[in-house]
Amino acid sequence: MNDSLQDLITHALKGHGAQYVELRIHEGASSHVRYRGRELEEVNRSTAGGGCVRALAGGGWGFVSFNSLDGLRDKVKSAVHNARLVGGDPVALSPTDPVVDSVEPQVDKDPSAIPLRDKKLLLDQYVEEIWRTPGISTSTVGYGDARRRRVFANSEGSYVDQTTLDVVLRLNAVARDGPEVQQSGVSLGAAGDFSEIEGLHRQAREVGQRAVELLKAPQVKGGEYTVVLEPVLAGVFIHEAFGHLSEADHVYEDKRMQEIMVLGRRFGGSHLNVVDGAAAPRLRGSYAYDDEGVPSTLSPLLREGVLVGRLHSRETAAKMGESPTGNARAIGPQHPPIVRMTNTYIENGAPSPEDIIADVKDGLYVGNWYGGMTSMEQFTFSAGEAWLIRNGRVEELRRPVLLTGNLFTTLESIDAVANDLSMNQGGGCGKGGQSPLPVSNGSPHIRIRRCLIGGS
Amino acid sequence: MAAVDALLDDVLNRAEGVSEQAEVFHLSRRRRPVSFEANRLKALEGADSSGMALRLIKDGRVGFASTTHWQGAGDLVSHALETAPFGPKAMMEFPGRRDFTPVQVYDPALEGHPLEDMIELGRRIIDGLRAAEPDLLCDATVSRSVSIVTLRNSRGGRAQYTKGVFSAYAGGTLIKDTDMLFLGDSAASCHPITDPAPLVDGVLTQLERGRTVASPASGSLPVVFTPRGVAAALLPPLLAGFNGKAVLQGSSPLVGKLGERLLDERFSLWDNPTLPMIPGSRACDDEGVPAAAMPLVDKGVISGFLYDLQTAGQAGAAKAGNSHRGLGSLPSPGVSVALVSEGEVSFNDMIADIKDGIVVERLLGAGQSNILGGEFNANVLLGYRVEKGKITGRLKNTVINGNVYTVLKSVQGLGSDAQWLGGSLKTPSVYCANVSVATTD
Repeated sequence: MNDSLQDLITHALKGHGAQYVELRIHEGASSHVRYRGRELEEVNRSTAGGGCVRALAGGGWGFVSFNSLDGLRDKVKSAVHNARLVGGDPVALSPTDPVVDSVEPQVDKDPSAIPLRDKKLLLDQYVEEIWRTPGISTSTVGYGDARRRRVFANSEGSYVDQTTLDVVLRLNAVARDGPEVQQSGVSLGAAGDFSEIEGLHRQAREVGQRAVELLKAPQVKGGEYTVVLEPVLAGVFIHEAFGHLSEADHVYEDKRMQEIMVLGRRFGGSHLNVVDGAAAPRLRGSYAYDDEGVPSTLSPLLREGVLVGRLHSRETAAKMGESPTGNARAIGPQHPPIVRMTNTYIENGAPSPEDIIADVKDGLYVGNWYGGMTSMEQFTFSAGEAWLIRNGRVEELRRPVLLTGNLFTTLESIDAVANDLSMNQGGGCGKGGQSPLPVSNGSPHIRIRRCLIGGS
Repeated sequence: MAAVDALLDDVLNRAEGVSEQAEVFHLSRRRRPVSFEANRLKALEGADSSGMALRLIKDGRVGFASTTHWQGAGDLVSHALETAPFGPKAMMEFPGRRDFTPVQVYDPALEGHPLEDMIELGRRIIDGLRAAEPDLLCDATVSRSVSIVTLRNSRGGRAQYTKGVFSAYAGGTLIKDTDMLFLGDSAASCHPITDPAPLVDGVLTQLERGRTVASPASGSLPVVFTPRGVAAALLPPLLAGFNGKAVLQGSSPLVGKLGERLLDERFSLWDNPTLPMIPGSRACDDEGVPAAAMPLVDKGVISGFLYDLQTAGQAGAAKAGNSHRGLGSLPSPGVSVALVSEGEVSFNDMIADIKDGIVVERLLGAGQSNILGGEFNANVLLGYRVEKGKITGRLKNTVINGNVYTVLKSVQGLGSDAQWLGGSLKTPSVYCANVSVATTD
């Protein structure tokens, strides 16, 4: 793309008689390396490119996506035509100032400048660390990096040219004893800085050790437990338990949901403060402008346990009479932007992590993660590791557990928030068929009373 | 397609000149989704996408590159060559020219199916649901897509097929105070779908069974997995064990078990991609190997594993033909159309047989547990309590836990109610004894 792209786009957007039109062009380059066992299973380089037009006309939305830039103006026309076919009641968009800007990533060690040979050398070392433990039956190590450029322009005069970087690393070990198969893994990521995934030899070795240890560990019995979550898992918890329900697109068309999610409602104790925002610097969910050209923000969601805000696109903000927060994101050119989280975290409390474990007579200490999901009211998140807590001490290892909760009781049941906030950068979020979107989440250690655990 | 053919020939020719073997894979797709949100038509889309991948073997190693960029084809050869020195050792040969038995998966009526009719179908689905329950807030998506897969390699292998899939989804949310009930059903076909009734009935059956909240259930209980429940809970952990990669690496619990009876003798599981007009079917796999029906489990006996060319080569005598791929990565073995054997017990008879148990319909968080070990461990997003032979309402705050190799070793019964789910799976309800269920007090 060159200077004439701006002319091309500006020309394509002109004079369609629509209420609003936006055009995005995406270009990307990525590389992936994956090992299965000690063998390298796949190395690839990919390039991606495409674009889309979203139009609002006569109360309906039309959307067109494509790989080729030929006939851009006709594509805009077609999106406007689709919108008119939909029709309906007028749709308002929250007013924002047009922005013209260009944003380049700031990183110390750009992965696209590192030769494949050097990346492989580092990954070889991690593979060897995993295999140091006798009894491993296989392992997978996956690495990926991506450089993504997106050009956004709309009929209100915005033109934003933005590039972001992303790096992910997943280490996983599998141990088998007859029909028993156990696994352990870690996922890490960074907003493009390769140095954040260097020097992880100790973690890699522990992944191997843990998989083998789990073969001998018993399973916990299903039921309710007092659980202490380590920060990485507590980050996944707050993303699932609360983050998704703070996305206004689940609320803005639904009267009953609005009653439930009314600002001012109490969800937890005064030690519970939750924030989301892409303006938090240098995290995987960070950016300068969202996919509607709205500047990123840092939005308080819960203040001292009370609902004070939610995440918006321009449409949901207008409909609910609130301010846009810069949370409209699209994973690629094939999708329209929808309301998404960015970097979501529980803020620090006062006690130390040791303090909140010391009070537990009989409970579970859970950490690491496989994933999480939500249905709004109910949610699950799964720990990769679990230990019994007895009389304030973390004791024997147990097999990974699935934790499940209910929005209206589980947040209330958080009775302690420690002071050691740390961010989990290894996850990706899925919603509306758009997955995995780079996000981060985090928390200090937290304690939940009466959390339901699936088990034998 | 002339432009695509020329592009593929050009990339293949250039790759052939610098490698021992080469293969190009091209995928193009046109999708037209119509979406309804909060009971009303929300958006119309037109999505065209295409891209290609190059796999080559250079000095015995596999290099790979792919692109969806409008100018990306030019760099494919150099990118693939750059990765090859680090790539895996090639344990395969690309297949030469083969004759395929045609498998019909394209209905020409699909592409011309009017947008107005798709909008009408969505409207009728939502009207049908709201007629039964005016408080239901409904979403729906009606979509048609046509994909063209083109494959050719330096050994003369060529394949091309066009697939058309029509799909419809209907979902409803019912909120009372802070209780949320989520309902949903979907359908997929190679023909246009015009009748809203099956989807409406599917959702309303869920509503009828789950409208009231039942008393909590816990302990080691009999469980009926509906076809949707089988798809969510049992099949992913079971199928993971048949993946040739897991078998080769020794991480599948089925290693060394070929020919052994591990599951109930009434239980069979086949992969059959040759059924005509089924969305998951195809004449050849994504490496150009002719598709064929094969048993994975035959009357409880472990009968076959899924392989692509590379894993088949690594495994020795095994047969390829199960490869699947997107654009962004190398092919990988997987199931195409999974068929679970039907039984003779009606769903109602299963329920009547249960004194105290549950029905599992939809799960939340399945797939986050140790799938490879055969485990399922999840929140019951939609499930029902069964007491004294009757469904007495919906479960809340409930989790189930089990291992497919244990629960399918001996089942109480297989349903006579086999149904298609999403166009690539047909299964009846499965009635199991002793599944661990836990709940809050």
